Amino acid sequence: MNGIAFVWQFLEVVLAIALAPLFTGWIAQCRAWMQNRSAPPLLQPYRMLRKLFHKEAVLAEHASPLLRAAPYALFGAMVLAAAIIPSFVTDLPFARAADAIALIGLFATARVCQALAAMDIGSAFGTMGARREMMIGFLAEPAILMVFFNAFLLFGTTALTGVVDNYASHPSVVDPSVIFAAIGFVMVLLAENARIPIDNPATHLELTMIHEAMVLEYSGRHLALIEWAASLKLFNYACIGIALFLPWGIAIHGAGLGHVLFALAALIVKLAVCGAALALIESLSAKLRLFRAPEFLAMAFLIAVLGLLVHLLMGANTSA
Amino acid sequence: MEILLLLGLPLAGSLTLAFLGARRHAPEVNAGFSLATLGAAALLVLRVLHNGPLLAWREQFYVDSFNIFLVALTAFVGFTTAVFSRPYMRAEHIHRKFSPRRLRLYHSMYQLFLGAMLMALMTNNMGLLWVSMEAATLSTVLLVSLYKTKASLEAAWKYFILCGVGIAQALFGTILLYFAAARALGHEGMSSLLWTHLYAVRTQLEPTVVALAFTFLLVGYGTKVGLAPLHNWLPDAHSEGPAPVSALLSGLLLNVALYAVIRAKTLATGSIGSMLPNRVLMAFGLVSALLGALFLWRQRDIKRLFGYSSIEHMGLIAFAFGIGGPVANFAALLHMTVHALTKSSIFFAAGHAAQTAGTQQMEDIRGLVRVSPALGWGLLLGSLAILGFPPFGVFTSEFLILTTAMRQHPWTTPLLLLALAMAFAGIFSKVQQMVFGENPAAKLTPSPALVPVYVHLAIVLMLGIYIPPALAGWYHAAAQMIG
Amino acid sequence: MLKSYLVVELLKLLAAGMLLISFALLATRRTQRLIMLFAGQGAILFLSTCLVAHDAGLTELYFSAALTLLLKVVLLPLILHGLLHRLGAQWDNERLVHVPATMLAGLVLVVLAFGLAQPISMLATTIMRHTVGIALAVILLSFLMMITRRKAVSQVIGFLAMENGLFFAATSATYGMPMVIELGIALDLLVAVFILGIFFFQIREQFDSLDLHHLETLKEE
Repeated sequence: MNGIAFVWQFLEVVLAIALAPLFTGWIAQCRAWMQNRSAPPLLQPYRMLRKLFHKEAVLAEHASPLLRAAPYALFGAMVLAAAIIPSFVTDLPFARAADAIALIGLFATARVCQALAAMDIGSAFGTMGARREMMIGFLAEPAILMVFFNAFLLFGTTALTGVVDNYASHPSVVDPSVIFAAIGFVMVLLAENARIPIDNPATHLELTMIHEAMVLEYSGRHLALIEWAASLKLFNYACIGIALFLPWGIAIHGAGLGHVLFALAALIVKLAVCGAALALIESLSAKLRLFRAPEFLAMAFLIAVLGLLVHLLMGANTSA
Repeated sequence: MEILLLLGLPLAGSLTLAFLGARRHAPEVNAGFSLATLGAAALLVLRVLHNGPLLAWREQFYVDSFNIFLVALTAFVGFTTAVFSRPYMRAEHIHRKFSPRRLRLYHSMYQLFLGAMLMALMTNNMGLLWVSMEAATLSTVLLVSLYKTKASLEAAWKYFILCGVGIAQALFGTILLYFAAARALGHEGMSSLLWTHLYAVRTQLEPTVVALAFTFLLVGYGTKVGLAPLHNWLPDAHSEGPAPVSALLSGLLLNVALYAVIRAKTLATGSIGSMLPNRVLMAFGLVSALLGALFLWRQRDIKRLFGYSSIEHMGLIAFAFGIGGPVANFAALLHMTVHALTKSSIFFAAGHAAQTAGTQQMEDIRGLVRVSPALGWGLLLGSLAILGFPPFGVFTSEFLILTTAMRQHPWTTPLLLLALAMAFAGIFSKVQQMVFGENPAAKLTPSPALVPVYVHLAIVLMLGIYIPPALAGWYHAAAQMIG
Repeated sequence: MLKSYLVVELLKLLAAGMLLISFALLATRRTQRLIMLFAGQGAILFLSTCLVAHDAGLTELYFSAALTLLLKVVLLPLILHGLLHRLGAQWDNERLVHVPATMLAGLVLVVLAFGLAQPISMLATTIMRHTVGIALAVILLSFLMMITRRKAVSQVIGFLAMENGLFFAATSATYGMPMVIELGIALDLLVAVFILGIFFFQIREQFDSLDLHHLETLKEE
């Protein structure tokens, strides 16, 4: 472990925090283009955050400290997650502390904080949103685990950095199971980040909203932190996807400065493409009714299991 | 040459009849082409009697003792059914008022169906066998839905989907067979699917693959045989199509499908031994015989009743092939012949009976002897024949099957007897009422064509008393070959 | 050696795509999308057949591939589209219940298919031997689709997808069937779709719908 690694680690986290709203804005812009609307400015999420930070935070009278603490916990968890995910370098000191399974735990912690805070006031909407969020999470976690297992099986490690490292030494052809895992992953990503087939972040229609229902009680800097954490979560998921399925160009252990700069450029391009692809998926699909969500996530889970099966069964044939 | 005639005539007939449309003499043309086909079949029979098994057209066609009698049977029943269908379809045409275009379709598809079945019987190529089986299915689908009623559409759809799925399994079996053949014979393209070549190397075929191939072929073609539990399409298709089509399906198509199964079985026996194929065939056969006999009881529709009877008899035949050995195989081959003849004659009679009464519901068909003695007696005699009354041929074959089963698998005897007894009681009680019951009023009486009924029954009677030496020789040779 | 390795990996990838489309067929509700998926499956079949033909140097297989392209990617989807259009059924949706349960059954079928295909894969010498299991799985999944669907058009697409699986199996295990037989099969298939087309109209004329739950009267009571 050398000093430079800590520099990369620091840079990586700062980059994630700084770029996350931009990524959200980029998706919104792509969506607007695809739907023939005039797009909001790219930097709109930053303006939003600035506005919210300048506003006074109002809390309900009966609020417990949990309500106040939750936004910070949420944001902290997302930053920590960003530190573990290798977005452009794999030489990350923090990454050794936690593998991908721990990462899922981290996301789950954040989810629990948010759900508890939403129920704290006792308003109907908050409770409803929390219940829905927990249902989605309860179904999404097995699915994402299965997706991870695909990659673990393929690369023989449970750490995301390890996956990327091993990828460099692996032959350059995509294993069939990766297709299944990738599709499952995208489905989980959409569900976990309140994107369109499951939830629509732009609506406040009480019958359908999930994420928005939980944050109705927040205002000011708390709301800003929650929004920021949400965009960080999306950014993190995108980076996980990139690490698992498009790891070309990520600088591995002991790479030089030039390589890292190249990796950084590659990351920007990949994020741009991913954002556009996500916007495309969202534009093409219709919002599912809430009771369809379990079906959607069950399908994600089954597709990931199918990937495992295909890998194991076809692999068994190869060795025979 | 004869083979070319046999295949060319129905095809030419199909085209001619499609062109002729619903002219007044179209039914006669249909019968004429069928007669010509029968003539070609007779020529082929003479040739085979003279020269023994025959390979033709770069080995693509093969006629041996196993299929020659089926070819003759197919051509014969094809002809008699055409003779029967001439007055029957005229009456239907007036009675049911379907459009002349439907009649054109009927005649054209009739010939195509005959051609496809003859092709399936004579081809030496397991792949072409599949193609012609599928063609036979396709040509009969529209025949089943000829009346365009709701029930007939449903029956045809079921027939198409179930047989389509079944035949897809058979294709997979064929692919596997080709795979096994390619390993044993080297890559020879077309010739590695030739049955004669496969038969020559049957002991070298890879056992696991052949076992799998046989299973798929059995399930696939077995669907078309109507083996339970794959029989669902059969009663519907038999009851909703016109009577000649029911006669062709029961008398010929089921036999041809069973023929395909047995051809596959000879290969499988060579490769994996007779244990597995025999057991599976016995199981399917026994279940079908029992189920067919059981369901007979609940039928109200006369053609449905005999559809279930076909399932029962196909089960018996499959069971007999499953016992194996020269005697059981002989019995099975004989039973294939007599069942085809008897069942088609019954469908002729049942068709006319339904026409006379104006319905296929058995409770409304009463007192046939009084309306038309020839028809009543025809139906009764046919039913007695199919129930195994001596001295009809069915008795001989069923007796042989039973005694062989008793000797080799005693535990099956009570089950077989149960099936036969149930079928007997079920059919006899119903037919008896239809023939002798009180008839309130005679309905319309088209002049029935009962010559085919009595000709068929006469042949069945003859086969019960005396089997011509040539036919017996074929049975023996085929029984030996099937093993 | 390396090139051949690459081809094998690509073929595996295509096979996986084929399997994925089979699952998508199980879960898709829109009839038009079913047709598109079917065409996609045909395209994958075409690509993999071409790859095998190229690798094994078999010109006969190119014909087979061309046949696939013509029939399954262009002709049949067009016919089906035309049929839907003329039936005014192009926006039809199908009610599907228990999609996850169906997919779970599909997973079991995949395992079963690989189990059944194991001996063939072991014995085959073609470069596609690893994909026989997938071919069999595609066949079984199409079978499952035909069971779970209630609409005439969907059942037919299931039937055609099964044929795709069969062709894939033939290519995987033995470099395809002899040409004459493939032609015969293709002809049968075309006639089948033609007849089914007639059928659609007759069914709709009689029942005012292509829903097959009307077709459940012929039963043993």
